[in-house]
Amino acid sequence: MTRPELLRVEGVTKAYPGVVANSDVSFAISEGEIHALLGENGAGKSTLVKMIYGLVKPDSGRMTLRGAAYTPAEPRAARASGVAMVFQHFSLFEALNVAENVALGMENPPPMKELASRIRQVSADYGLPLDPNRMVGDLSAGERQRVEIVRCLLQDPKLLIMDEPTSVLTPQEVEILFRTLRQLSAEGTAILYISHKLEEIRTLCDEATILRRGKVVATCTPRDRSAREMAELMIGATLTPPERAGGTKGATALEVVDLSVASPIPFGTSLKNVSFRVAKGEVLGIAGVAGNGQDELLLALSGEVRAAQGAVKIDGAGVGHTGPNDRRALGLVAAPEERLGHAAAPDMSLVENALLSGALRKGLTTRGFIDWTATEAFAAGIVKDFDVRTPGTHVAARALSGGNLQKFVVGRELSQTPSVIVINQPTWGVDAAAAASIRQAILDRAAGGAAVVVISQDLDELLEIADTFAALNEGRLTQPRPVAGLTIDEIGLMMGGAHGMEVAHHGH
Amino acid sequence: MFGGIDPALLISALMVASVPIILAAIGELVVERAGVLNLGVEGMMIMGAVCGFIVSVQSGSAVLGFVGGALGGAAMALIFGVLTQFLLANQVASGLALTLFGLGLSSLMGQSFVGIRPPATGAVPFGPLADIPFFGRVLFSHDWVVYLSIASVAATWWMLKATRTGLILRAVGESHDAAHALGYKVRRIRMLAILFGGAMAGLGGAYISMVRVPQWTDGITSGAGWIALAIVVFAAWRPWRALVGAYLFGGISVLQLNLQAAGARIPVEYLSMSPYLITILVLVIMSSGKGKAALNAPASLGQNFHASR
Repeated sequence: MTRPELLRVEGVTKAYPGVVANSDVSFAISEGEIHALLGENGAGKSTLVKMIYGLVKPDSGRMTLRGAAYTPAEPRAARASGVAMVFQHFSLFEALNVAENVALGMENPPPMKELASRIRQVSADYGLPLDPNRMVGDLSAGERQRVEIVRCLLQDPKLLIMDEPTSVLTPQEVEILFRTLRQLSAEGTAILYISHKLEEIRTLCDEATILRRGKVVATCTPRDRSAREMAELMIGATLTPPERAGGTKGATALEVVDLSVASPIPFGTSLKNVSFRVAKGEVLGIAGVAGNGQDELLLALSGEVRAAQGAVKIDGAGVGHTGPNDRRALGLVAAPEERLGHAAAPDMSLVENALLSGALRKGLTTRGFIDWTATEAFAAGIVKDFDVRTPGTHVAARALSGGNLQKFVVGRELSQTPSVIVINQPTWGVDAAAAASIRQAILDRAAGGAAVVVISQDLDELLEIADTFAALNEGRLTQPRPVAGLTIDEIGLMMGGAHGMEVAHHGH
Repeated sequence: MFGGIDPALLISALMVASVPIILAAIGELVVERAGVLNLGVEGMMIMGAVCGFIVSVQSGSAVLGFVGGALGGAAMALIFGVLTQFLLANQVASGLALTLFGLGLSSLMGQSFVGIRPPATGAVPFGPLADIPFFGRVLFSHDWVVYLSIASVAATWWMLKATRTGLILRAVGESHDAAHALGYKVRRIRMLAILFGGAMAGLGGAYISMVRVPQWTDGITSGAGWIALAIVVFAAWRPWRALVGAYLFGGISVLQLNLQAAGARIPVEYLSMSPYLITILVLVIMSSGKGKAALNAPASLGQNFHASR
């Protein structure tokens, strides 16, 4: 079966100051084809699709859509040509309702009433139920993605670009999304699917283009290749999975009893009766779709949000009412998800940032004066141990790339000889090799007797490093279970199943 | 309670007294709905006051004076817009600087206009309607700017609620990154909102110097811009509530004058400070406890936008 060619990209190059994001990239996609763009963070996938969507202009190279030259000056032009995009970080407005959000993504939206009924109809046709009058801020991550997809579908796209669509979905929701995508493909819509999740690409995609450091390194048919082969093409090296020492567990180090706190975040999720305990040497993995209380749990454990004294106990002592420094003194360190502005002060240097959380446990101040020599040594140690790529320790935190800053903030916490570690999204935006070394460092601390809580949306990561597994769903934590013997289906149900989604209605 | 106060006169007076703050507050409301916090309302108002006054005196036309006032306010807003939208200066600092700059510059420009009377802004002739007892006095005895102020509230409400322009404006104020990703020109939309806000503040200022007082003295706006800012928060960024808020504040200041005239046994200073005291109270109460979302504040309010990759 040969289908007519839809989009051809030839020799496209785009450079930013200091980095070439895309270098001489070429590929083609046919009508109805599901084409994967595969690569690590920073390989240039996002830049490439932004060029196709008209957000970024290529420096050189050309694109043709159905044989005609295609040079979208802005997203509007791309949409007019039948190209639609579902963003990785949602391009949604929380304080507006679903219909308004959809209208903002359309060129000539019909009147609101008509639009609402069309949203209902399209969402029913593709098994993505949506209420047009609901506020987007109140929707779950999966529902928000539905808003984005429905927005695209209403414009009857020829090419649908999806940027890492499954990172916020439960396994069941992924399954339903794939059925919707296959239905679209059968109707002739081409899909450009960006991901670094290899098994998904093997189940879904017809063709794959693999990018590494901005260059196309291979094209292949994913069904014919193993995930390992593709991973090695993507990374350009062989990977060594982290080793676990299988150490013995000790006494309970961190205990959380019936913790309920209201969310301080607008449109956040309050924690409801969360209870768990982590022993010395144990890694507890907490999964969940984004926005189900992960940020709140970190805040409550780190001490940024106070709770009842007995709700959080470190080594049996109630600390729920104390602040972060009191908990640090007892050995609890925390690394939040948001790197700039939460884990690190963007305009302060790495040395100053090291001081901010390390002052207490590393003894970097005496009688209110800062010991700069010791602080610099501490920062330099983190940079060295965690392979942080930076010109020096005196550069501002915001100057580091996301992955490097992540290595720094995780390294800073792990280097304080903690007895309890709480980390939210430890390897978010970090390349595979660095992620492996961060995971290894976490496992090493656990082997050394630390109790670890890892909150992550990456299921593979949790299954790799956690001993026990629990999931957050709408602010409630499931009963923790040993990782050994858990199936993906069970995990999906723990995460809340399909959140009321239904399977696409075929043959309407 | 005090015999000398006539309710029709009181309501009619408060409608006039509230015009400057309604106009300035509606302008600032649109600016803040676009995600920009312009604290320079006082400076734009007083520049509108002096420009309006000068133009009307020189041309002999009140209408031209109001046009001049709007242009004066918009010119000040343009400075703020360039600083914050293109040079990415801090919005709070730029706004405060704009106020100080406006107070100084207006004083310099108005020096040779002290003691002159501007041309009158006449009442709209409603004919027999104005003779209806009570309502005629309250509703149909004003100059055209009073009706313009109410019309601007209605128009802004309708624009924000029902038009695509309003939807885009709210979207930009809610999340400039998402708006940019969808291909909206965040900077252009915000600049237009800022200019509109400046023109409205200028109109409000011109009303003070040309109708309310009517003559030129230094510092003539005496804090009306700050009250307008407070009303935007008090109104939770909703136009009709801003009108109610402005009438409340206008009412207090008119009542205060009436009470003084009626010989209330409260020191004058307490009465004069009451609108400002209530402004502070409102701001404290509105921002206590609850988060920004509970207040319905635009999520990107006060954040500068810079298109990254």
